[in-house]
Amino acid sequence: MSLLAYLVAVWLFLAGIWGVVSSRHLVHLIMCLAVTQSSTYVLLLGIGYRNGGKAPIFGDIPQSTPVVDPVVQALTLTDVVVSATVSALLLALAVQAHKRFGSVDPDELNALRG
Amino acid sequence: MVLTSLAILVPLLTAVVLAATTSLRRRRAADVVALAAAATVVGLCVALVVRASDKPVVAWLGGWHPRNGVALGIDLYADQLGAGLAAFAGVLAVAGLLVAWHQVDVAGHLFHALVLVVLAGMVGFCLAGDLFTAFVFFELMGVSAYALAGFRVQERAPLEGALNFAVTNSVGSLLLLVGIALLYGRTGALNLAQIGEALAHHRPDALVAVAFALVACGFFVKAAIVPFHFWLADAYAVAPTSICLIFAGALSELGLYGIARVYWTVFSGPLEPHAETVRDVLLVLGLATALIGGAMCAAQRHLKRMVAFATVGHMGILLCGVALLDGAALAGVAVFVVGDGLVKAGMFVAVGGLEHRRGSVDEHELYGRGRDLHALGVLFCVCGLALAAMPPFGPFVGRAMIEDAATHEGLGWVSPVLVVASALIGGAVLRVVRTVFLGRGPKPPRSRVTGASESGDEPIERGRAPLAGVVASVMLVALGLLWGLVPGLIDAVTGAAAHFVDRSAYAAAVLHDTAPRPPGTPGEGLTTAAWLYGAASAALAVVIACMPTVPVGALRDLHSGRVGDYVAWLAAGTALVAGVFALTLP
Repeated sequence: MSLLAYLVAVWLFLAGIWGVVSSRHLVHLIMCLAVTQSSTYVLLLGIGYRNGGKAPIFGDIPQSTPVVDPVVQALTLTDVVVSATVSALLLALAVQAHKRFGSVDPDELNALRG
Repeated sequence: MVLTSLAILVPLLTAVVLAATTSLRRRRAADVVALAAAATVVGLCVALVVRASDKPVVAWLGGWHPRNGVALGIDLYADQLGAGLAAFAGVLAVAGLLVAWHQVDVAGHLFHALVLVVLAGMVGFCLAGDLFTAFVFFELMGVSAYALAGFRVQERAPLEGALNFAVTNSVGSLLLLVGIALLYGRTGALNLAQIGEALAHHRPDALVAVAFALVACGFFVKAAIVPFHFWLADAYAVAPTSICLIFAGALSELGLYGIARVYWTVFSGPLEPHAETVRDVLLVLGLATALIGGAMCAAQRHLKRMVAFATVGHMGILLCGVALLDGAALAGVAVFVVGDGLVKAGMFVAVGGLEHRRGSVDEHELYGRGRDLHALGVLFCVCGLALAAMPPFGPFVGRAMIEDAATHEGLGWVSPVLVVASALIGGAVLRVVRTVFLGRGPKPPRSRVTGASESGDEPIERGRAPLAGVVASVMLVALGLLWGLVPGLIDAVTGAAAHFVDRSAYAAAVLHDTAPRPPGTPGEGLTTAAWLYGAASAALAVVIACMPTVPVGALRDLHSGRVGDYVAWLAAGTALVAGVFALTLP
């Protein structure tokens, strides 16, 4: 089970990076970046997973119940917030590119070379 | 105890207040409040440096102290180098806000709040004692920096620069996060000292090697190490001047600080037997960065891109210092960061002043048009010589300390390479003095350079340069020059660096609250060879200044401005570094 999670994380990471490298559309590029980011969620949750573990909320389960690692879940939540901020900022830039220059192709911006 | 938290909270909370209240009418109020907050940060961090001279200041947030050497809480850790870097970031933020005082276009758009958030992120990153805390502050600093780089979003170049900056650095942060996750999976800890203790005395396996590679590559992106550096010139060349000087002086340096901090607290234990391999890999990257940055700098005619590539070259020199994995070299790095950061910041302001007076940052367009700008010409000339590491100024002392440490380790051949890199950078600036301010040499053909007219600052009416900008520029450069002349500087920094590289002292201070500070090892004075190298690089810079623009051919074409290419280079670099470490370290 846990090996699958790591393989999925690696796959998402590589697929996302490939998307970013080959993208011809800013929104597509930002979504690919989001895919790459989601690989870290899978990785973190995979690291904290325990076979048969319950959600780490001790309100209604006995203290001795095996639970999954709550730390990585907190990290994942923080990571989601960080990723959302980056994506929102990038999408705002994409909207500006479309509005002002009528293009969302990263190759057509082309103001900076050498 | 409370100083560490305040140093982060003051700028952060002030930013919140400013974001909630700033409007165009209250521009001056925002200027004053932001300046006061940044100055307070400088004061707090200097107080931390003084306090940390006995033993490092460790603050456990919420009172979650470690029990029996196991840390569950989150700590802020301030030693002299960390707090000193935070103070330096604060000084640059003050300078940046002063320069922004007269910039019309920064009014009312949350500019001041964003600067303070960047500052809070920088200070938090310097003081973090925990990998994930460091990551969050790193991201906080990064995201606000992306927004600031693209502040003039209505133009093509800043928009593209901000996009390239944000995408490449986000991918870098992800590498860092994956590295952190792997370390947590191996040790079950996030605290730097605790991870270091868990990994020490074990042979490094492939997982530790790959985690180190990922963390290092994540920081390499921010530190603009070849081949992770492509975004830097795009971002720094398009940001407003006031932001450029904070970025070029402190932002990239924090990436290297991250590598140094994590190596010496976490990896120096398990990787001890393989220190030479790590050194060789980092040294190769550092030398490549120094030379490529220097060559690209000398090939530029867009002045802001020139200073941006100077930053890349200097990051290479700094990485060489870190790569020696030695306290004395790290002390040189610390001295270089401050001296060079101040001069480069002053240089950015001077370029801004030239642009304000003549309406261009293109060297060819400006040919001979600076003949009557005597003060700016002198300023450029002094900057050029200082960037070429002419003795006895700030950048020279730092580079000389790195060179002496390299010679001490039997790597004397590193020094001439650093001399060439410095000379290329200083020579490029001196060439601008020759063409723009003296009008000497063959007149270049008139042709448009990409992005030349779009340099990030609002074209305001020409006239006398605003006083605040001139004063800030002269002050910054003067401080950078005088930095090398501070009495006792080498001894003090060498002592602080010796503490920084002591993993067991760090772990003892954090986990057991006992920190017998090692007796200060007095730094050795600079050798004659180092003085000669300094003089040589200044002389070589003058020679380079007399030559036309250095042609770099295909190297220039690699800086394509396409974010996809940049990420491809980043992925290839990561694969290479991770592959080398995974094959050689376990």
